[in-house]
Amino acid sequence: MINAEIEQEIIQPPLPPGPLKWVKENLFSSIFNTVTTIVLIPVVFFLLFSVISWVLFSADWRAVTQFPLLYIVGQYPRDQILRVGVILSSISIFLGISWGRWGGLLRSISIAAGLIFIVTALLPVQHPQLDQGMRLYLGSNTILILIGYFIGRLKAIKGSFIAIGWLLIPIFGVVLLTGIENSELIPKVPTTLWGGLLVTFLLAAGGILLSFPLGVALAFGRRSDLPVLSGFSTIFIEVIRGVPLVTILFMFSIILALFLPVESRIDRLVRALMAVTFFSAAYSAENVRGGLQAVPLGQIEAAKALGMSNLKTTILIVLPQALRAVLPAIAGQFISLFKDTTLVVIIGINDFLGIGRSIINSDPEFVQLRMEVYLFIALIYWIFSYLMSLASRRLESSMGIGNNM
Amino acid sequence: MPHPFYKWKQVMTNNQPLISSKANIPFYRDERVLKIFAQILSVVLVAGILIWAIINFFKAADARNMTLTFGFLKESAGFPISNPPIDYAPVMSFSRAFLVGLVNTLLVSGLGIIFATIFGTLIALARLSSNWLLSRIALVFIEFHRNIPLLVLLFIWYFVVFGMAPQVKESLKWPGPIFVNKRGIYIAWPRLTETGGIFMILVAIGFLVSFIVFIMLRKRRKITGKDTYYLPASLGLLIIFFLFGLLLSGGTPFQMDIPYFEGNNFRGGMRLTPEFAGMFLSLSLYTAAFIAEVVRGGIQAVDKGQIEAARAVGLSQIQVLSFVIMPQALRIIIPPMISQYLNLTKNSSLALAIGFQEVFAVGKIAINQAGRAVPVFALIMLTYLSLSLLTSFILNIYNRRIQFVIR
Repeated sequence: MINAEIEQEIIQPPLPPGPLKWVKENLFSSIFNTVTTIVLIPVVFFLLFSVISWVLFSADWRAVTQFPLLYIVGQYPRDQILRVGVILSSISIFLGISWGRWGGLLRSISIAAGLIFIVTALLPVQHPQLDQGMRLYLGSNTILILIGYFIGRLKAIKGSFIAIGWLLIPIFGVVLLTGIENSELIPKVPTTLWGGLLVTFLLAAGGILLSFPLGVALAFGRRSDLPVLSGFSTIFIEVIRGVPLVTILFMFSIILALFLPVESRIDRLVRALMAVTFFSAAYSAENVRGGLQAVPLGQIEAAKALGMSNLKTTILIVLPQALRAVLPAIAGQFISLFKDTTLVVIIGINDFLGIGRSIINSDPEFVQLRMEVYLFIALIYWIFSYLMSLASRRLESSMGIGNNM
Repeated sequence: MPHPFYKWKQVMTNNQPLISSKANIPFYRDERVLKIFAQILSVVLVAGILIWAIINFFKAADARNMTLTFGFLKESAGFPISNPPIDYAPVMSFSRAFLVGLVNTLLVSGLGIIFATIFGTLIALARLSSNWLLSRIALVFIEFHRNIPLLVLLFIWYFVVFGMAPQVKESLKWPGPIFVNKRGIYIAWPRLTETGGIFMILVAIGFLVSFIVFIMLRKRRKITGKDTYYLPASLGLLIIFFLFGLLLSGGTPFQMDIPYFEGNNFRGGMRLTPEFAGMFLSLSLYTAAFIAEVVRGGIQAVDKGQIEAARAVGLSQIQVLSFVIMPQALRIIIPPMISQYLNLTKNSSLALAIGFQEVFAVGKIAINQAGRAVPVFALIMLTYLSLSLLTSFILNIYNRRIQFVIR
């Protein structure tokens, strides 16, 4: 009896609408919609057609294709380029390991990266910078990703090892790129020669890694019941949030030197990194503070009742819940930090955008090709920002945060 | 029967309490002492760094010919500013130059805020449209602008779009008439005639009177409950004042100032420099994408039941939007909107990269002049800080008014 009732209630899910029905519902559901669609279709077709025909036929991509290495590493000495290669390879292998361990979006990124490496290695064009060695190196990166994948599948590899590895890569990278004074193997390379995507990524990764702990500390400082501590933190946060990043960059690149001993000199890139870090830390602090406010007081009381110390309560109970609550905001902050690194162009550092601009200005012929160069730069920034926002959305949904989108 | 704890209580009161505040906790574990110590330590640390920095500054100040005074504000600036919005010449004082920069900043961010709000809201509505094609176009717009750096967008608009505009002689002509060439955009612009002043004064009075009438009649309706027709009454008053002004000014308060070609340049009309137009367009389009997401989130956050209930009561589509959705959505929209406006204002400092001379760019020129770096820099920081604080103060008052009244 009951079984029969239940069986009756199981209804077939509605079939997905057929293409005709879909068109009717989504494009021609009312008179207004119909008019809109009829007006928009030719406009869209015209735009798509002109964009595609421009990209394929009229555009001249010489200013982009002629100097791939310049875009990637700037003026970094070409005989030392292998150092960048070592870093890229270690990123490849860790990407592979992470793919093996976690899958998901990392799988798509790894496969895409592997395909890009192998396709570039086999590109049937003559190019002075794509010689035999370079092709071999690029191809080996695909293999490294695959090797990493199989390492990542091993049970012995813990997630925390991989995370620590990712944290160590930038530190290792900076040491390797800077080199050691009077060394035969890795001589010192002044940062004035660094450039391109290398600098953009270094500033972004360094900014994220350094600003986040600082931001958490500032958030706790602002919520502290010690008036002096919370006062200092509040002033720091509000002043930095009240002024544009360009101001902070100038403060570190020009004003800071006036307040330091005459003989001291801080590297240009380090000053830019400090500015980006402090700027981002103030914003992260406000995000984290929002998360801290969202943790119910009962959680802290329960932890105290269990006899946990203040430090343990903070690290094991409060922070995980607080950070989880504001993950979307933090991810958004990191994306905007990545985009904001472009501003270092204004203080004369040749990041990716800066290299593009100097290539344009290097040759009167390329001045006419600036459209191609700037659109190429926009595309690269777009891809990386979009990947970051995609990753944050995946992470959110896997952690069960947010219900929209 | 006494309480079982009775005996224990007696022990407590007769003997020493189990835990005493006077118990011998060593001072280095006493929380109160530690707290005071931590505060003193942080004050000493911060003050120490500041004093050290200032000593360093004064040690080298003479050699670098540095000052900390603001006396130079009265000295003549000595540098030119292209296309100043208010009267300016290099012989004028530095404070005047700074004011020019401030007006430029306020102009580009004020107009940018207005345009970004309108355009962003339209994009949000398009994104929420039931028309798939329209919604996708809005999505492409939003995703494009949100994921590229503003500086790249600015370079694209300034160097690519305006940089590749034709020479003056081959200007593009759009209906309006609007002329576009390398030197900027020339737009036909209504200018006041001789009698236009009377018209403007009357219209201004009309706005004031009808606003007062609007408030008073609406208040009376709230008290008495009778319809006072406040909207038609105030609108009618405004129209009467408008017509009266038109009559007094002889029918022509404005004259279209149409740009025309003379010699080898355009004259008349309103000229937007490529710097201003590039800055304005990139700032407002970039911010519009963010505002669109804010507005969309606000509208989607309104409970679906509210809309269904309103439809069930018999409200029309427009009534639902203006009386049910918008008042509730605005409460969610306003706070993030405020921070977008502040972002736009602060982002206007990127104009430095293309040579549009707003506060920061003017300040930068002065920094490069000998010895003024620190005071000029303090001035710039103070300007932006007070702009931020002022904006958030005004909008917070509005925000407080619009929030739910909690008993």
